[in-house]
Amino acid sequence: MAAQPLNPQGTVGIPLTRAIGDAFRKLNPRWMMHNPVMFVVEVGSVFTTLDAVRLLIEGKAGLFNFTLQIAIWLWLTVLFANFAEAIAEGRGRAQAQALRSTRTDTMASKIGADGTLTKVAGTELRKGDRVMIAAGEIVPSDGIIIEGAASIDESAITGESAPVIRAAGGDTNTVTGGTRVLSDQITVEITANPGETFLDRMISLIEGAARQKTPNEIALAILLAGLTLIFVVVVLTIEPFAVFSGNTVSVTILIALLVCLIPTTIGGLMSAIGISGMNRLLKKNVLAMSGRAIEAAGDVNVILLDKTGTLTIGNRMATEFIPMEGVDERELGEMALLSSLSDETPEGRSIVALARDRFGFETTERDLVGANFHEFSAQTQMSGIDMDSRQIRKGSSKAVPAFVEECGGTVPTKQLDEVVTRIGKLGGTPLVVAEGRRTLGVIYLKDVVKPGISERLSSLRAAGIRTVMITGDNPITAETIAKEVGVDEFLAQATPETKLGYIQKEQAEGYLVGMVGDGTNDAPALAQADVAVAMNSGTQAAREAGNMVDLDSNPTKLLDIVEIGKQILITRGAMTTFSVANDVAKYFAIIPAMFVVVFPGLQALNVMHLTSPESAVLSAVIFNAIIIPLLIPLALRGVRYKPVGAATILRNNLFIYGLGGLVLPFVGIKLIDLLVTALHLVSLHA
Amino acid sequence: MTVPGVLGILVFTAFLVVMAKPMGLYLYAVYDRRKTWFDPAIRPVERVIYRWTGVNEDHEMRWTEYFIALLAFNLVGFIVLYIALRIQGALPFNPMHMKDVGPHLAFNTGVSFTTNTNWQAYGGESTMSYASQAMLMMQQFLSPISGLAMVLAFIRGLTRKNANTLGNFWVDLVRTLLWVSLPMAFIGAIVLVGLGNPQNWGTYVTAHTLQGGIQTIAQGPVGMMNSIMQLGDNGGGFFNMNAGHPYETATAASLMFQMVLGFSIPVGLTYYFGKVVKDTRQGWTILGAMLVMFLGGTLVLYHAEALGNPILNHLVGIHGPNMEGKEVRFGPALSSLFESSTTAVSWGSTAAANDSLMPIGGLITLWQMMSGEVIIGAWGVGLLGMLAFAVLAVFLAGLMVGRTPEYLGKKIGSYEVKMAVLAMIVPTFVILGFSAWAVTSHGGLAGIYNPGPHGLSEVLYAYSSGVGNNGSAFGGLDAAAPFYTWTVGLAMLFGRFAMYIPALAIAGSLVQKQSVPESAGTFPTHGFLFGGLLIATVVIVGALVFFPALSLGPLAEHFALWSGHLFGGGGA
Repeated sequence: MAAQPLNPQGTVGIPLTRAIGDAFRKLNPRWMMHNPVMFVVEVGSVFTTLDAVRLLIEGKAGLFNFTLQIAIWLWLTVLFANFAEAIAEGRGRAQAQALRSTRTDTMASKIGADGTLTKVAGTELRKGDRVMIAAGEIVPSDGIIIEGAASIDESAITGESAPVIRAAGGDTNTVTGGTRVLSDQITVEITANPGETFLDRMISLIEGAARQKTPNEIALAILLAGLTLIFVVVVLTIEPFAVFSGNTVSVTILIALLVCLIPTTIGGLMSAIGISGMNRLLKKNVLAMSGRAIEAAGDVNVILLDKTGTLTIGNRMATEFIPMEGVDERELGEMALLSSLSDETPEGRSIVALARDRFGFETTERDLVGANFHEFSAQTQMSGIDMDSRQIRKGSSKAVPAFVEECGGTVPTKQLDEVVTRIGKLGGTPLVVAEGRRTLGVIYLKDVVKPGISERLSSLRAAGIRTVMITGDNPITAETIAKEVGVDEFLAQATPETKLGYIQKEQAEGYLVGMVGDGTNDAPALAQADVAVAMNSGTQAAREAGNMVDLDSNPTKLLDIVEIGKQILITRGAMTTFSVANDVAKYFAIIPAMFVVVFPGLQALNVMHLTSPESAVLSAVIFNAIIIPLLIPLALRGVRYKPVGAATILRNNLFIYGLGGLVLPFVGIKLIDLLVTALHLVSLHA
Repeated sequence: MTVPGVLGILVFTAFLVVMAKPMGLYLYAVYDRRKTWFDPAIRPVERVIYRWTGVNEDHEMRWTEYFIALLAFNLVGFIVLYIALRIQGALPFNPMHMKDVGPHLAFNTGVSFTTNTNWQAYGGESTMSYASQAMLMMQQFLSPISGLAMVLAFIRGLTRKNANTLGNFWVDLVRTLLWVSLPMAFIGAIVLVGLGNPQNWGTYVTAHTLQGGIQTIAQGPVGMMNSIMQLGDNGGGFFNMNAGHPYETATAASLMFQMVLGFSIPVGLTYYFGKVVKDTRQGWTILGAMLVMFLGGTLVLYHAEALGNPILNHLVGIHGPNMEGKEVRFGPALSSLFESSTTAVSWGSTAAANDSLMPIGGLITLWQMMSGEVIIGAWGVGLLGMLAFAVLAVFLAGLMVGRTPEYLGKKIGSYEVKMAVLAMIVPTFVILGFSAWAVTSHGGLAGIYNPGPHGLSEVLYAYSSGVGNNGSAFGGLDAAAPFYTWTVGLAMLFGRFAMYIPALAIAGSLVQKQSVPESAGTFPTHGFLFGGLLIATVVIVGALVFFPALSLGPLAEHFALWSGHLFGGGGA
């Protein structure tokens, strides 16, 4: 079950006013320096504003009007970009706020060296301290249960309201600070110092999302800065060329051209894309330790998936009754039912369900008055029931025949072996059923593939990602299941060492490996994998080895993570391509406007037939500004990702964002020009 | 445009495609150390050279060592050439008693010939002794090899995994010289002599014309030099008039052959590239993108020339194509093809006066150089530039498939992007920066013979030719004036070295990386889609930045001309 999103109101609950306020606060040049592209726009805005003031003082009303409007739109360009960033940050902040409110100043009962309890503040607890937590109390910090078991409400962290059982020993011994003990009493050894707890890290990660740039972001930022530098030189050299040609170009128009040419669209939206990607992951209840990990997820070529729990439903289910010769299938079914009515294991329940389903039995546990139930144990390898002098048993293909022989019966060895071997080869588990001296037949227990898994795996294959099933089964069994599930490869009889070795081998060949794990024995492999998702329900060791934690502990989440990782990269690439392709139209809007006075022939380049030089420049600047807020929803949502081959994605996205980026501004600038003309915003004389 | 003209251009382009594979296979054999016909004769020579020079054939170089070797080789070449030119008068083989070359011109010429630019701020037959011409010829032999070596190293960077080294510069140099330059130049020279080039070491001939005038007819080892310069895409012609001179190009057939020579190595390298990366589609895609741009440019240029000059048409009644500055024996179609090729392949020799092309014709020649000389381009450097653009295209659009961009399995990180941006910045800065300086400074303005937009075109052309290591001249500019000898000289140096340090640095970084095996999730860098993307990147990122400057130059002139406006005055 997917849990509730961390913060349900997170998507709509950001106060818009706050984001607008932030947009202005971010105008501080020290902040703007982080983003060279937008910094250049801000400097340009300052210059045009000063120019407008100068024109006002000199009393040149017409030029002042034009310059002022350009200045306003340039400021808006900067503000729009800041606004986009502020909105994305606001979402993260809201989520962090929700988390912070759960971190209360709990008092904890610390166990002293002599065993006495002292009340201390939860924030004072350090690694190695032991605390006693009773029902109704809040767990003061992260730790491991060393004594007792309790049901715990983890909704503060996971949003999942159903309580979970945590107990000392085994793989479910961890407790997280901020969760609430519902029943019983536990002794916990604290494993985190103040400020390093899971909750602390979570909050700082969400809030700090904007600060850490991923490798791809850094590379893109360099490219954008380089392009900006080139365009600065292009625009700076226009003036000398113009002077040589007997023309002068106003500073305002030069700045307008510069702002239009530098990649403001992607420059303005880049951080919003990254932050919102992190937020989308959080909404899926996955906590990434860094943005780098999310992007690496998009790059993953190989995914290691545990068979049990990920690909198949955790337990094997009865799917078929195979009677021995001379035995009625219905009788076999009935005996299997009787032997399982008191069997609370999932296998037992599946046998009951199958028998009822197939033969319509209505017997219930209440009908077994006076019966004696034998529970399954590792020694006996079988379970069953004694009633009315009948001894019904079901169990392993060794134990049950032995039981039959013990009772004095003969086992149809040949036929039984045949059936047992066949089931084994198919990856199933055979359970032999006997009643006293008679061997009745075999129940076929089978791994059941989770619904929809095959489709997901084949879509991963289409996206060029190989899936590998990890299982402790023998190779023959593993192969059968692998075929049924549709994974590309399998790793049978997996141990921590073979898993680690497998990952290292793949990495040596140049592949990036993703993996999900929960147990302590997964930790080495998780630490080695490029993208390692640890289950929140998993051990402390697994959680520390992973670079992501899935709060829902849903092993198929890795597939979502991969998609989100890809989506972030695609969105960034699409906006970059769009931004660069936009330049063509802007050249054609502004260049003729710049020089038409001295070379009237250049009017031929005014392919959009914009009304006047002033309206052309203003329209280009307006288009350049408003495209940013128009694309904010896309930046926050991400470009849709369909798991198909790269060639198809490239073709589609190049068509939409490349060709679209080429054509759209021609249309947009023309429309804006029509509006500017209709409203007489600037001089309409050529 | 005439049907035979267009057909000729198309057939020639098709021939280039046909030529790519055999040339590429030969280059592959040479650099992959496979068997070639020449081995029995050349291999012993190669061994002797290594023994004498103390080069260890098996020594592998990191990118820095490779670059330093290359730089040292070029530096020595420059110094020797500079000194030889300065003391030319005292050296032998100077039957016409040419004087020493001045410091400005010697610097310019030295840089020009070591960077494979072969920009000539002088008239060869009136400035250079035979000894100097031979020295220049030597550089024409050696300088293209540096360019080719750079792309060899770059391709190794793409194909080797988890390695550190990019090969051995001295081995690349020697093998290219022995297996490629010498045999091909020899064959080329024989063919050219057969097609009418003189080949001798005699004094110039003085002829008495029928009108009673006296004419000095320059001659010399033309066939040899012509073959070397065309093969090496140098273009430093024997005569000032270059390929238009009847002794350099007697017939159209000779001109065609010179073009084939010029295209042979650059075109073959694209196939070689595909062969080395074990996916010939990669090479074909690069060549395809190059040829589409080349063909487009050539046809536009031809169209402009064939249409002729509207003012001459209107005022004087001269109809037909623009024949000013063209050889009648070549005609407009072949002249257009040759001038387009000379700027595209960067060989830089001219068979027509580019200054006299129609404005749109001039625009095409300019844009082919401003693209960074990646439309075919000279030995190695054209492919190198195109591969740098491919890296950039992959990074720009590659994110769109949802993976960290990778080219041929190598992930493109911030370091590679930084270096690709640096390489891209150089032509923009140099062309626009120097041109802006030229049109605003006294020294620059004094050397511009034409006013108005045409003058600007002349200046832009000079620096584009310099930074692209092209060497062709538009004319109309006092190239020998100190302002231009120095600024164009610097442009040539930047164009060669400031651009290729980052390219080699990329190779040095990529060679260390693991390669990601190809899968359905891999960004395809072959096929029409990527070819189109590559072209768009070259046009939008590489060339459109010159749009403002070009609109004040050839574009302004073009529109003015067609509206009957002239810019008067001037002239050399």
